[in-house]
Amino acid sequence: MINSVLDCVEDRTGAVSGVKHFLYEDIPASSGWHQVLGSVAMFCFLVQVVTGILLALNYAPTPPDAHASLRFILTELTSGRLIRGLHHWGASMMIVVVGMHLLQTFLWGAYKKPREATWMLGVILLLLTLGFGLTGYLLPWDNRAYWGTVVTTQITAKAPIAGPYILRLMGSEDGNIGVQTFARFYGAHVLLLPPLMMMLIGLHVFLVRKHGVAPAPVETEPKKKFFPGQVFKDTVAIFIMFSILFALATMVRVPLGKIADPTDTTYIPRPEWYFLFLFQLLKFFEGPLEIIGSMVLPGVAVGLLFATPFIDRGAAIKLRQRTFAIGIVLFAGIGWASLTFAAMRSTPHKEPYQSFTAEEVAAVGSFRQGQCWQCHGVTPGDMKAGPNLADIAVHEERDALVAHFQKNAGNRGLKDLQFRQLATFMRKLDDESVVAIASTPINVVSGAQLYMKNNCGVCHSINSAGGKSGPPLNGVAKRRDRTWLEGHFGDPQKFSPGSMMPAYKFERADMDSMLAYMETLKD
Amino acid sequence: MAEETLEKRRGFLVGSIAAMMGTISAALGLPALGYLLVPGREKKKSDWIEAADLSKLMVNQPEQIIFNRVRRDGWKLVTEKAAAWVVKTGEQQVVAFSPVCTHLGCAVSWNSGDKTFACPCHTSSFSPDGKVIAGPAPRPLDRFDVRVDGIKVMLGDVKKSAEG
Repeated sequence: MINSVLDCVEDRTGAVSGVKHFLYEDIPASSGWHQVLGSVAMFCFLVQVVTGILLALNYAPTPPDAHASLRFILTELTSGRLIRGLHHWGASMMIVVVGMHLLQTFLWGAYKKPREATWMLGVILLLLTLGFGLTGYLLPWDNRAYWGTVVTTQITAKAPIAGPYILRLMGSEDGNIGVQTFARFYGAHVLLLPPLMMMLIGLHVFLVRKHGVAPAPVETEPKKKFFPGQVFKDTVAIFIMFSILFALATMVRVPLGKIADPTDTTYIPRPEWYFLFLFQLLKFFEGPLEIIGSMVLPGVAVGLLFATPFIDRGAAIKLRQRTFAIGIVLFAGIGWASLTFAAMRSTPHKEPYQSFTAEEVAAVGSFRQGQCWQCHGVTPGDMKAGPNLADIAVHEERDALVAHFQKNAGNRGLKDLQFRQLATFMRKLDDESVVAIASTPINVVSGAQLYMKNNCGVCHSINSAGGKSGPPLNGVAKRRDRTWLEGHFGDPQKFSPGSMMPAYKFERADMDSMLAYMETLKD
Repeated sequence: MAEETLEKRRGFLVGSIAAMMGTISAALGLPALGYLLVPGREKKKSDWIEAADLSKLMVNQPEQIIFNRVRRDGWKLVTEKAAAWVVKTGEQQVVAFSPVCTHLGCAVSWNSGDKTFACPCHTSSFSPDGKVIAGPAPRPLDRFDVRVDGIKVMLGDVKKSAEG
């Protein structure tokens, strides 16, 4: 029965013999585990295609809807977090696998004659993979996406002669990023790059088939078949890769930050990890030399990669004798790793609560005092009686929330004003701020509550929120020492003559909390 | 003998390949089904909207009321125009029909000549109390939840009418 169906299909399309021809290809006897990476890379791409299409089915590719729709995917839809996690980590995974594939091909000398074109196509595929990463980075439209892309466009804008035109091509007139740049990036990410990638992967595989899998320098045994031995090895490697990817997607949350804010001067832009080395490289070249770090060196590196088969024209030799090639890989690897490491170390760490207003930090205190944590988890996967605030978005109206608080936490010493501030905070909760509910230190919270109780915000501002008649408090604790601050609270006019600030006599513990809070306020 | 072990090994390899590919497909496919088929978590009941003035309605004289309502549309809250056929049936009693034909969703309008709601698409017609008189419509017109507060007529959610 099955056979007659297969015969019928075979007679009309030739599909059966086509598949057989593909599976029963002759490969060298030396082929094995070291040659699985091409298949794994292709599978990575397939996962990106599937998850990318799924995301696109619930995504609005225009700012600011992009952010709202992604938030909807993450907080409202079943498996939304998983699918976004797979797509996010899948991108990194693909870079890693493609890099390993390149490394293996290089070390084994598989780019040598007649496989030069296969190698060069591979380099183009690597660049396309990086292009996916670059264009996809903007699409969540949060601060991370926005500021990361601002830096990218500014770098390319500095290219000699072509700079302004490249900037124009990216839909940006004066270096600003808006709907047009977004449309260009999204269009490239989903309409331009995928078919290009598919065609070139097809061509790459065709050339691999045309020249056959690269043999070892000396092959003694007769050739073997691709199926099932090598296919099994490929599948095991794919399975391992997918298991790691799945574990990352379920266990390491990719936060969606606050919606892109071009006026946010406190955000510290950083590119994705695989571009960090370039980011760091730029720091070594200043002024007119900058172009060396941003264009010349990366350009030379890509050029050398392309030219590898023509620079090294020697006959294929055993891996163990390729000392020069191993030396280059070690040199490049150490260089890349130290640049990346340096970039990571130079990234200042900022706790989520450090960008909060005082009212928001105090709201964290209300959440704790109201013992809301008895029913609501605030970390992913923390199952409690009520909804987990790390997994959902709060849509309830402010009045409804206040009524909910009064009903469930009315007897815990909180005032109506605090309930209203908590409600406002809850409605603004996002992936980053929800972390702060658990992580903000106790004395910082007490300090913010004290700040609210004494109405300091009438004159002073914290993170740009508050009054203008007194100085902003960000960075004050860095410029003044503890004795000065303590003394100033007790007798402001003594320390800053002409100040209109009234004196505050805090108890020891309160003074400590207030100073602890002030120390967290960065410029 | 050697051929038999070779055959066994081949069977093991093919079986393993199928099992691993199957697992991966399920790990991608099942979440995808949930993602595409399960509706969003957030369910929002419409607020009561003041739509008409009871004193201006005539008994058994359907009146088309256009009002604005807020609806959750995926990731958005949209304010949109909505319509209802409001019929005063007694001193303090009002019913409000959704103007959407229960057949294929065209807008029905009141035909004052023969006192029916008529659908322009496939000639379904409904009596003043919403029942199907003629045409392919499978069930009576859907009704809004109605609350009468003094002279204010308030509309809530649309309730699907029962079959037949």
